[in-house]
Amino acid sequence: MSILSLKVNGQTHNLDIDPTTPLLYVLSDDLGLRGPKFGCGLGQCGACTVLVKGQAVRSCITPVEAVQGVEIITLEGLGTPDKPHPIQKAFIDEQAAQCGFCLNGVILTAKAFLDKNPKATEQEIEEGMSRVLCRCFTHARMLRAIAKSQNGRATDSGKRVAR
Amino acid sequence: MKTRSEVRNEIAMSPGAAEALERAGLSRRTFIKGTGALIVGFSMGGALNAVSPQQRGAFGETAPPDSPPAAEVDSWLAIGSDSSITAYTGKEELGQGMSTAQIQLVAEELCVPFNRVNLIVADTSMTPDQGVTSGSQSHPANFNHSNLAGACATAREALLQMGSKRLNIPAEQLVAVDGEIRSKSDAKKKVSYADLVAGKKFDLKVDPNAKRKPVSEWTVLGKPIGRPDMPAMATGTFEFAHNVRVPGMLHGMVVRPDAVGANLMNVDESSVSGMPGFVKVVVRKNFVGVVAEKPWQAVQIARALKATWSPAPELPKQETFYEHLRTQKPTRDTLLVNSNDVDQKLADSATVVKATYNHPYQMHGSMGSSCAVADVQGEKATVWSPTQGVWHQRSTLAMLLGLKEGNIRVIFRRGSGCYGINGADTVTYDAALLSQAVGKPVRVQLTRKDEMAWENFGFAFTVDQRAGLDAQGNITAWDYEAWVPVLGNRPVYSFPGNVITGYLAGFQPEEFRPRSPAPEPTSFSNNSNAIPTYVVGRVGAANHGAGTVKSERALLHNVVSPFWTGPLRSPQRLQNTFAHESFMDELAARAKVDPVEFRLRHMSEPRMLEVVRAASKNADWDARPSPKARTAASGNVASGRGISCVAYEGDNGFAAMVAEVDVDRATGTINVKRLVVSIDAGPISNPDGLRNQTEGGALQGMSRALGEEVTWDDHNVTSIDWRTYHSLPLGFAVPKIEVVLLNRTDVPATGAGETAITVVAAAIGNAIFDATGARLRQVPFTPERIKAALAG
Repeated sequence: MSILSLKVNGQTHNLDIDPTTPLLYVLSDDLGLRGPKFGCGLGQCGACTVLVKGQAVRSCITPVEAVQGVEIITLEGLGTPDKPHPIQKAFIDEQAAQCGFCLNGVILTAKAFLDKNPKATEQEIEEGMSRVLCRCFTHARMLRAIAKSQNGRATDSGKRVAR
Repeated sequence: MKTRSEVRNEIAMSPGAAEALERAGLSRRTFIKGTGALIVGFSMGGALNAVSPQQRGAFGETAPPDSPPAAEVDSWLAIGSDSSITAYTGKEELGQGMSTAQIQLVAEELCVPFNRVNLIVADTSMTPDQGVTSGSQSHPANFNHSNLAGACATAREALLQMGSKRLNIPAEQLVAVDGEIRSKSDAKKKVSYADLVAGKKFDLKVDPNAKRKPVSEWTVLGKPIGRPDMPAMATGTFEFAHNVRVPGMLHGMVVRPDAVGANLMNVDESSVSGMPGFVKVVVRKNFVGVVAEKPWQAVQIARALKATWSPAPELPKQETFYEHLRTQKPTRDTLLVNSNDVDQKLADSATVVKATYNHPYQMHGSMGSSCAVADVQGEKATVWSPTQGVWHQRSTLAMLLGLKEGNIRVIFRRGSGCYGINGADTVTYDAALLSQAVGKPVRVQLTRKDEMAWENFGFAFTVDQRAGLDAQGNITAWDYEAWVPVLGNRPVYSFPGNVITGYLAGFQPEEFRPRSPAPEPTSFSNNSNAIPTYVVGRVGAANHGAGTVKSERALLHNVVSPFWTGPLRSPQRLQNTFAHESFMDELAARAKVDPVEFRLRHMSEPRMLEVVRAASKNADWDARPSPKARTAASGNVASGRGISCVAYEGDNGFAAMVAEVDVDRATGTINVKRLVVSIDAGPISNPDGLRNQTEGGALQGMSRALGEEVTWDDHNVTSIDWRTYHSLPLGFAVPKIEVVLLNRTDVPATGAGETAITVVAAAIGNAIFDATGARLRQVPFTPERIKAALAG
């Protein structure tokens, strides 16, 4: 065990933990966060995704020591039920979920991808989402929500991205 | 009026609300008896799971009450001091929108806004025993004339009568609006529900003849109301079973046998007892688990634990499994229909067509591995479980733990989408056994491998079809014979051994009862869709089916499965429909008739005719016999369209699908470009919910048709993660999905969660045939199998 400093959703936490513990366990058990979820523990499905310096990272296979002091954002760090982030709002508007267990990975992966590729084509978005699973197969709605959130973004010139 | 999320947040924050709910939960029955139906003075608009178990508190002071009797209105409904409604249902939200639809139902029948209804879902201490939430039965059970709908209608009539007495106005001149009974002619003459029932309970039996709100007057039901749980899910604040945290909770992991059928020889506790956080190794017969202070410690301890298992018998070879099924003894044989003239009619036919269809074991493969929390303290237990049947869970837990059923409370908490019996029941047993051993609350979440390798798989099937055609191309006789391996099931009320943990802990699965030859059928049931839609359904001298073919036989052989089996979305119905609808296509091709026309010709059920017409019309069906003539210009890529349809369980929903595909002849890969699906589920409670179910069913069916197959070696299941079990990811080329909703308001509500998925494999297989002339008779349609079919 050792003291580690974690910066999650803008708050700093000093935790006495085994530094090899995967980040996911620390977020969901030590910090009680509900966004990141254990889906496979193998980095295959995306349910545990968090944003580390804006990148989508699979927290189930990321040792907590690797992300000390770095800014970590979880799904609950993006927005709240009352004030959802635009991408969260797009998913709510499109009713783009069934059981909702995969939503964490889907929304955060999409956000990281769109932040990096604001003008991505439909096909590029599909490629960007190709390592994320949804077993209720709400795919069509989710891709629609992602496209909607993309369309809602202002580009550098202030114009909306056309699709 | 407040928005739903405002109301929800109020509730999440309000200690008064939490307290009221706790009070209701702790002693609902006593409370209703003692103080009438007025129990909770708050509304939370379906803010499901808004109150955490800590707030609600584990019970333990008094024995929990039995489930309230389903015949009583008070078991289903209570009216608050602000005329809000608290409804109690045994039909769970499994991620399909059922809670939203039930809130709509209650709001509609009791004439209050959507956000004035609070729904309490599946808790053995609070809600009526409605068995399991499964089998496309929630709508039929709660939206027709009994149960929840019946209770609501009975209550509205009672409120009108009470209002009539209070206002001294005949009931016919009154109307229920917005939680009040009002005079139709003078809106000032009114009395609120709360004023009418304060201090009283309804004390009424559910009246199946109580007048329902006619569909034409619906203002809440039938509308595409968004799910109130959606904002919490999208923002990571929703409480899944996985998020339940109880004070003092420890963490458990299980250690499954190293081979199917192996017995435990030895466990070396010293191999892990010095590890950080170690609490206990728990052994019960072949059940092995560990408990630790923290979850990651439990994972490491479980990995390090040295357990020795006996050698196990070899599993049947996967390569020859379908042949193996045919030779398995003993069998349990069932004749579903029999006109006793099939052999003769086939002999008299101009043409006899034969084909064999194979369908693999498939898995539920939940996105999140299953998780439960159990708190077993001495004689009492509380569990938070994603089980589909809290009452089944309670009675089987009583057997497993040696406790009285009445001392166990099972509280449903939503898990990852299950699509049938995933690991939810077994992991609840895991948590309970470990908690009992340490006397503290224990949370268990299975590993991905333990979730996948030991679940109750969807059934493997091998089906022989034979049919005769006359000289005009009409079907003269249909002979179906299937072999289906079974082992275990849902635990129901008394078989904990129907799932792996119960079995390992010493309980046997439901007994396999051999029977051969099959007795003649005495009653008609098509609830597995074993009987083709196109036959008359002959039992004795009577016809019960929806088709026109008079000569028929459907014979089923169950054999013992090497793996646990259980219901997976559209259990057996999907496999049978793949075999029937593919074969129907083969018959149409042999008769050189357009596949839509050929189906319509052999059906009589009007709702089936309508879904087939709706799907083909919306798809601009290219009417002609299949396969399509190959043109020189088409190159390696061939395009085709296929149709498939089902009367789900004979009468529990109707769907038809047109699939359009491209097949690459060189690589054997296919691209599904478009799926047009029509669905008739009776009166539609929530069109967007139905659309979501139908779209999801279409794509899940596609994933099962194209990639999903459980694999194994000599001793173990080898489909243990998402590299070895192939689910279509979010980023594959998603076809265009067009859903055609047929809203029928003059018939009872049917199920809708399993209808669309049932028709997908045949629609795609038939489209591949149309494109290439190659027939796929084995699911999944992998590129290798497609290439083999093209070569054959």
